[in-house]
Amino acid sequence: MSPNQSQGTSAVKIPVPAKAASAERTDGELEAAVKIAVSDLNFYYGRFHAIKNVSVQIRENRVTAFIGPSGCGKSTLLRILNRMYDLYPGQRAEGGVTLDGEDILGPKSLANLRSKVGMVFQKPTPFPMSIYENIAFGIRLYERPSRSEMDERVRLALTKASLWDEVKDKLSQSAVRLSGGQQQRLCIARALAIGPEVLLLDEPCSALDPVSTAKIEELWYELKRSCTLVVVTHNMQQAARASDYTAFMLDGSLVEFSETSKLFTTPTDPRTEAYITGRFG
Amino acid sequence: MNGSDAAVRVDMRPMSGQPKSSSRFWHLPGDFLFHQAAVLAAFLAAAALFATVIAIAYDSRISIEAFGIWKFLKSSEWNPVTQTFGAFPFIIGTLVSSAIAMILAVPISFGVAVFISEIAPVWIKKPVAGAIELLAAIPSIVYGLWGLLVFAPVFGQMEPWVSHYLGAIPGIGLLFQGPPVGIGMLTAGIVLAIMILPYISSIMRDVFIAVPAPLRESSYAMGATTWEVAWQIILPYTRSAVIGGVFLGLGRALGETMAVTFVIGNSNVLSASLLMPSATIPSVLANEFTEATTPLYLSSLIYLGLILIAVTLVVRFLAVLLIRRLGRREGTAT
Amino acid sequence: MKSVVARRHAVDIVSKVLMGVATVIGIFFLLWIIWTTLKFGISGMHWDLFTKDTPPPGTDGFGLRNAFVGSLMLLGLSLLIGVPIGLMAGTWLAEYGFHSRTANAVRFINDIMLSAPSIEIGLFAYAIVVAPMGHFSALAGSVALAVLMIPIIVRTTDEMLSLVGSDMREAAIALGAPNSVVITKITWKAARAGILTGILIGLARISGETAPLLFTALNNQFFSGNFLRPIANLPVVIFQFALSPYANWQQMAWAAAFITVLFVLVISLFARVVLGTQVTK
Repeated sequence: MSPNQSQGTSAVKIPVPAKAASAERTDGELEAAVKIAVSDLNFYYGRFHAIKNVSVQIRENRVTAFIGPSGCGKSTLLRILNRMYDLYPGQRAEGGVTLDGEDILGPKSLANLRSKVGMVFQKPTPFPMSIYENIAFGIRLYERPSRSEMDERVRLALTKASLWDEVKDKLSQSAVRLSGGQQQRLCIARALAIGPEVLLLDEPCSALDPVSTAKIEELWYELKRSCTLVVVTHNMQQAARASDYTAFMLDGSLVEFSETSKLFTTPTDPRTEAYITGRFG
Repeated sequence: MNGSDAAVRVDMRPMSGQPKSSSRFWHLPGDFLFHQAAVLAAFLAAAALFATVIAIAYDSRISIEAFGIWKFLKSSEWNPVTQTFGAFPFIIGTLVSSAIAMILAVPISFGVAVFISEIAPVWIKKPVAGAIELLAAIPSIVYGLWGLLVFAPVFGQMEPWVSHYLGAIPGIGLLFQGPPVGIGMLTAGIVLAIMILPYISSIMRDVFIAVPAPLRESSYAMGATTWEVAWQIILPYTRSAVIGGVFLGLGRALGETMAVTFVIGNSNVLSASLLMPSATIPSVLANEFTEATTPLYLSSLIYLGLILIAVTLVVRFLAVLLIRRLGRREGTAT
Repeated sequence: MKSVVARRHAVDIVSKVLMGVATVIGIFFLLWIIWTTLKFGISGMHWDLFTKDTPPPGTDGFGLRNAFVGSLMLLGLSLLIGVPIGLMAGTWLAEYGFHSRTANAVRFINDIMLSAPSIEIGLFAYAIVVAPMGHFSALAGSVALAVLMIPIIVRTTDEMLSLVGSDMREAAIALGAPNSVVITKITWKAARAGILTGILIGLARISGETAPLLFTALNNQFFSGNFLRPIANLPVVIFQFALSPYANWQQMAWAAAFITVLFVLVISLFARVVLGTQVTK
């Protein structure tokens, strides 16, 4: 019934790194299936070693935040999860990344992967077309619904991104004329319209004002009912407020990964503590 | 909790059966074809250069066989009656008319470029730059028409004065003797100069404006005058691109056809005086191409075209290379 | 000390005056040429120009209908040949070639073609179309004009697509869109105004070209709608009629020049003013 029927067994299939597993066993209540498992991942920009032996498990229907100073590799890691790095020659990833137990670094259809793993970028990226067409664009990549069905899908997507009430009377207006926060929610709606299982958000609020940021964070609570969210953020408060798990990265390595409440209250690594108390970054 | 998640997803994608694969089936061949079409187009665009040279060389083969290379270049005889052809008068005509044009156009272009980038008040920059660029938009045939029917008669009235004073000077006086008919090498050079002025000046202006502000400001801060900044700071900094712009203008002048054909007088005989009618490679091509009745005649004309291509290709190659060099330096400097 | 400063000051003033004079010279000739074209062109205007074909040599009357139609046909076919090739080649450079060695070589060659004397391109079209066919034709003329136009379109398309930036492109790819869809639906649309400007500048450049037509389309005293035959056109009319001994023919040459200049200036101004402002927006 759900598109990922294998999820029950997927947690078993994936080799679970001992460290992450033990951290998670401490709180049985929050235990959820593993959606994405990253194991011993290394990434290179040409010769530059940007990600070093990172292993992390991303839980289904949770918000996982990646924090760390600029250049620590958090955005790079995010861009591996839907293979955006494929666009650029000279960039390569080594190691294992699985989605529902299936390897995604292998030579599989990228369109298929990207339909399952949506992405929202730092700067809002409305396409140069109407609000309606922005949403319909993504849907048409995978199916050709009838006109009325398409209307419904667009409405649903905009509703899920809590944008519908603001734009329902001007769907044919150019998307570029929306405000920054509206544009960002439009981009989220666009990504949601093709029904992704995972949504990657790369500093989605760094270009927005506090009110818009609050709206988008509220949205995450709604979205994680149907989606797995992975958020890269510069803003520690945001991670503390709105995520379930937090990973702290430094110089391409994963320093600490645990439940957000734990990481921010009782960090185990001194470097994490230094970072969250504002001693660097 | 998985149940609710699935329900929402079904909402989002009512046809979540197998629609994805079917549409992707259509994408991939289209994607491949689009890529191949782009590759083909880029290949065609680049191949045009080589195809031009090869096609013209091929069509010159009869004349190349008949006259060889040196003989053709050196011979001054161009006689369709006896079927003897030599390129010398046209090569000289092309070089001299372009040289006149460059001597006149380069300083004026520099002046215009400095005026627009350094001297003119802001409100006047745009209209002046736009007006000079309009000069480039006017088709060359209109320059020719204007040169023949308007400029040449006016210039013809000035020529007796030119011959009287400049012609009296020993040595170069030889260049300024002859009947004051208004058309000839000098007129062609002047019309060419007006034509290439906007090309050279707009490249100079663009690179002058692109000079990093700190460089310019620090020179002014030391008390340098506008002229000193332009001549001692901006010009050396942009030298390669400025020379490139000059070469670009030279390439235009060498190959310009219509503006020259109207006013040069079209004489196949060499003359020392710049006031006498003459001919260039493009002008003889334009005048005689449709009259060329024998294969050798036609092939000799195309052979002239081949020589022109060889020369302008070198000039244009240098021009593009020099203009790009500045861009590279700026790129590494930042 | 004082004399040095005074001397420098004097040099500065003299040089400024000379540069002002240079600019005045340039503008003086522009005005002179435009004024002449206007004066003779408008006095040469006659209704018959648009409704009748060229009268036989030595007879009275006016008529350029055949040349107007011929010129439009030549330009139309040139656009049909040149725009697809130029657009796709520019697209390859910006979207597939990037800054690879091959792409930079193509850009270099294209820049050389950009300043190719039109007479050379005319000889090229003669060699590849006229000589094999055995006679002059409108098709050959259009090929020559298209070859002249292509480098302009290639360059502007390449530059304008590069300006679109990677944000929008990545966002579309993250939705799973294949390259061809990203390009045709997103980047072309975003760069629309700039690409159109390039096409118009190309059109303006070829509208008055005469030299290549002398070797290809030639001229035709009569009305023709056949692309495989010689065809009347305004630039060659100007060339042949201006050098003719008949007053009415010379008058027609001026009229043709006036209309050509008007056409070129209107297109250039439209490209620069109307589309130019959109590009910067």
